[in-house]
Amino acid sequence: MTTTDPTPRTYPFNAPDRLRLDPFYAELRRQEPVSRVRLPYGEDAWLATRYSDVRTVFADPRFSRAAAVGRDEPRARPTAQQTGILTMDPPEHTRLRKLVAKAFTARRVEQLRPRAQRIADDLVRGMHRKGPPLDLVEEFALPLPITVICELLGVPYSDRKDFRVWSDAFLSTSKLSAQQVEDYITQMRGYMAGLIEQRRAQPAEDLLSGLIQARDEQDKLSETELVDLAVGLLVAGHETTATQIPNFVYVLLTHPSELEWLRNNPDRVPDAVEELMRFVPLGVNAAFPRYALEDVELGGVLIRAGEPVLASLASANRDESVFDDPEELNLTRESNSHIGFGHGPHHCLGAQLARMELQVALGTLLREFPGLRLGADEQDVVWKSGMLVRGPQHLPLAWD
Amino acid sequence: MSWLVEVDGQTCIGSGMCSAIAEGYFAVEEGVSRPLHSDVEPNDEVVDAAESCPVEAIAVWERSSGRKLAPEE
Repeated sequence: MTTTDPTPRTYPFNAPDRLRLDPFYAELRRQEPVSRVRLPYGEDAWLATRYSDVRTVFADPRFSRAAAVGRDEPRARPTAQQTGILTMDPPEHTRLRKLVAKAFTARRVEQLRPRAQRIADDLVRGMHRKGPPLDLVEEFALPLPITVICELLGVPYSDRKDFRVWSDAFLSTSKLSAQQVEDYITQMRGYMAGLIEQRRAQPAEDLLSGLIQARDEQDKLSETELVDLAVGLLVAGHETTATQIPNFVYVLLTHPSELEWLRNNPDRVPDAVEELMRFVPLGVNAAFPRYALEDVELGGVLIRAGEPVLASLASANRDESVFDDPEELNLTRESNSHIGFGHGPHHCLGAQLARMELQVALGTLLREFPGLRLGADEQDVVWKSGMLVRGPQHLPLAWD
Repeated sequence: MSWLVEVDGQTCIGSGMCSAIAEGYFAVEEGVSRPLHSDVEPNDEVVDAAESCPVEAIAVWERSSGRKLAPEE
């Protein structure tokens, strides 16, 4: 066990290259599974890269998110979020999460599948009318999850142009200036506060009305928590899925034999979604560090109480001690225990909803667009930059 | 009449929802939940915990009939 503090490496190690995971993670998993890193902002941190260590950092109560509040947490963007469910530990975190958990169980989400399918079918009809080439992002990947979360939460779909712009503030690293981030977050919170006032006066059958009731009648959360939670649901409820749909399509189009197999085995779309969740490194880098509450030995090093640890989901999902041929996309992979949705208390609340939407999206696109292919040269696909997540800005598609 | 509570440790992701919702019925240790008692008296909170588990790792059965009470299928 080493206790010395070697010079930290600059992290992320390299600029993101499409959906390619930096091969240096594999080297770290072999040589130095928990290492010192320095991010663009904040104090130096430990970085865990092995599957078992990553799970420990996310699930072991000796590692805290709440302890990051007030610290100069290691991060890729100028400002660190100081409130919201992702800055809390149990039991505070659980008090809020359980207010919404029931709306996102597998069973409740399954009831939304027919509606999601109808939305997808309508979008596809529109795409057929316009004809190729078309941008998958604008025509399909954004409107599908936005419509679903708007209906579930009770946000008017007609307001999407505004909250789409503001949403980027929650995922920007350098795309927006610190001032823009602050302005957009303020506007988003103001918008949601207004919507909450509206629902207070006229309750409806939606999640927002349910949360207002939990506050007003049972005092289960504060007004700030209510606004934060609603904003979080709206942003997280569409942004990641809208990014993963084009990511998944891109990966399949650049793995033609896997795509062909999936076309011939449409009942295996759910397995394909799990493998794509494992394979696609959605985050540009490990984020949301946990602080050690006491000294903890992890991956052969001693983490001192008060030190921050980042854990890389993308690296864990390529751990050769857990997955055979981890660098290969294998849609028929058995017992795929990926942690693409995270692990522990902060495991993605909307995981089941995202799974369902991704299944509907892939199933529909493969069925409705024979000969689906990129509508531009691969080199011409423009990727997001200055964001916490990777994905095509636009994904031009063509079909037969 | 008693209920049987099971947690699938392989599926569990250690979210801690169960131990928070049904206090005294589940313990999360080293990132995995287990029932503190496999036999429990009928209790809404236990059903609530099973219904709220993000990965449906919890099952509740009625002992006498063998009927699955939660999660609903």
